[in-house]
Amino acid sequence: MYVAVKGGEKAIDNAHSWMSEIRRGDPSVPNVSLNQITEQLTLGVDRVMSEGSLYDKDLAALAIKQSRGDLIEAIFLLRAYRTTLKRFSYSKPIDTANMLCLRRISATFKDIPGGQKLGPTFDYTHRLLDFKLLAENETPLSPTQQFENKKVPHVLSFLNQEDLMQKEKDNNLDPIDITREPISFPTSRAARLQALSRGDEGFLLGLAYSTQRGYARNHAFVGELRIGIVEIELNIPELGFDINVAEIILTECETVNQFQGSKIEPPQFTRGYGLVFGQTERKALAMALIDRALRWKELGEDYSGAPAQDEEFVISHCDNIQATGFLEHIKLPHYVDFQSELELIRKIRADAKRNVKRL
Amino acid sequence: MIEKRKSWMSLLAISDQNDLLNLWDQKKIKISYEWLRQPEIGSIMAQGKMGVTGDKFNIGEVTITRCSVKLDCGTIGHSYVQGRSKRKAEISAVCDALLQTKMSKEVNENIIIPLEKIKKDKRDKILSKAEATKVDFFTLVRSESD
Repeated sequence: MYVAVKGGEKAIDNAHSWMSEIRRGDPSVPNVSLNQITEQLTLGVDRVMSEGSLYDKDLAALAIKQSRGDLIEAIFLLRAYRTTLKRFSYSKPIDTANMLCLRRISATFKDIPGGQKLGPTFDYTHRLLDFKLLAENETPLSPTQQFENKKVPHVLSFLNQEDLMQKEKDNNLDPIDITREPISFPTSRAARLQALSRGDEGFLLGLAYSTQRGYARNHAFVGELRIGIVEIELNIPELGFDINVAEIILTECETVNQFQGSKIEPPQFTRGYGLVFGQTERKALAMALIDRALRWKELGEDYSGAPAQDEEFVISHCDNIQATGFLEHIKLPHYVDFQSELELIRKIRADAKRNVKRL
Repeated sequence: MIEKRKSWMSLLAISDQNDLLNLWDQKKIKISYEWLRQPEIGSIMAQGKMGVTGDKFNIGEVTITRCSVKLDCGTIGHSYVQGRSKRKAEISAVCDALLQTKMSKEVNENIIIPLEKIKKDKRDKILSKAEATKVDFFTLVRSESD
């Protein structure tokens, strides 16, 4: 029997109306402005931009406000908006050696040209609740110091010079774009890095942690972590030359891992690479660990069956929008599907009962 | 000329829309122009390099607004600017056109130079704060005699 069901419009409208009212909260409390979100919840905005795969602070802030602070819902809103945009072009590859660094540290070398700069970090705080923030006092300005405006070289380039680090060669290949072509397996490192860069921070964190606990042997050192401003160059077809069209914050992480060497390559260090929109260092670090774990085949390492080595597992499940879409759809009405299951199980039980009688 | 034009177009592209709009409104430049292309909001895909120096890969998109104008004298101005402000794109394209005309000095002094200063101040502030967080290591010398 098939029953078509219609209705629920009024219930849906009223549910949405109540949701909006609750989103606003107590009307005697001032409404939160987008500026307040972009200025004071910066790292939430950065996460939404990176996993929403669209760098636009105002839109990310709007999405956070609209979603009542549910960041995955906010990421969903930004992704949906992204699909409506006309794609003008692809940028020139960003040269992170030109980054204006807010933060730049290395866990492998103490003395590095340009120095270790901690930047605005939570590291070395005591992780104790700061009750001073309850009072709305002015925050004193932080100290400044004279500086030399010089390019900050990548720490691992020094190992490159000694040939101790595997070189990353530019073969001038055009990468696949997973927003345009569906991913097929086995896939390329370019496709994996794009998927990881917009992947879910929690999922990547868990997987990266699994590699540290022994699921895929890769002991990583943080060769360098840098956060800063980069400019994005674009070729303008009307003019025939390149201009900078945007300025964004990126977090870049290079890990150093041991490599035993293969038949054609001497033992040397290899790299895991993370590059993510915004100030997102936990994510960039996790991305680098997973990138390295997924490179086992290319480096001729053993497959130990660890989840972090299984690219189909990692890449197919790291996207929180795909994941939440599929997960959450099961709470929507499945009356008809379930009715067929119900009829099936009744029939099987009836058959079984009849068979028992016959015996 | 191309180098100069690249430089002002880049500056206009990344400038804060409020800064640009304020400077433009203060100056009250009267100019008439027609649209060659109305402001259009879109995106570009930003690319990075694997392991800093390797092959390209896609990071994610950035919102961009572009437009083109033609002044009455026939000079054409283009803009590709960060964000979704159509007004910022429009003023940037008009500035790009004007900077190629007799009015370039006026636009340079009232718009470009102040924007350059804002950019430099912002960057200097970041660099000076970052410098203050630089770690000074001091090594404790351990006696080897025992």
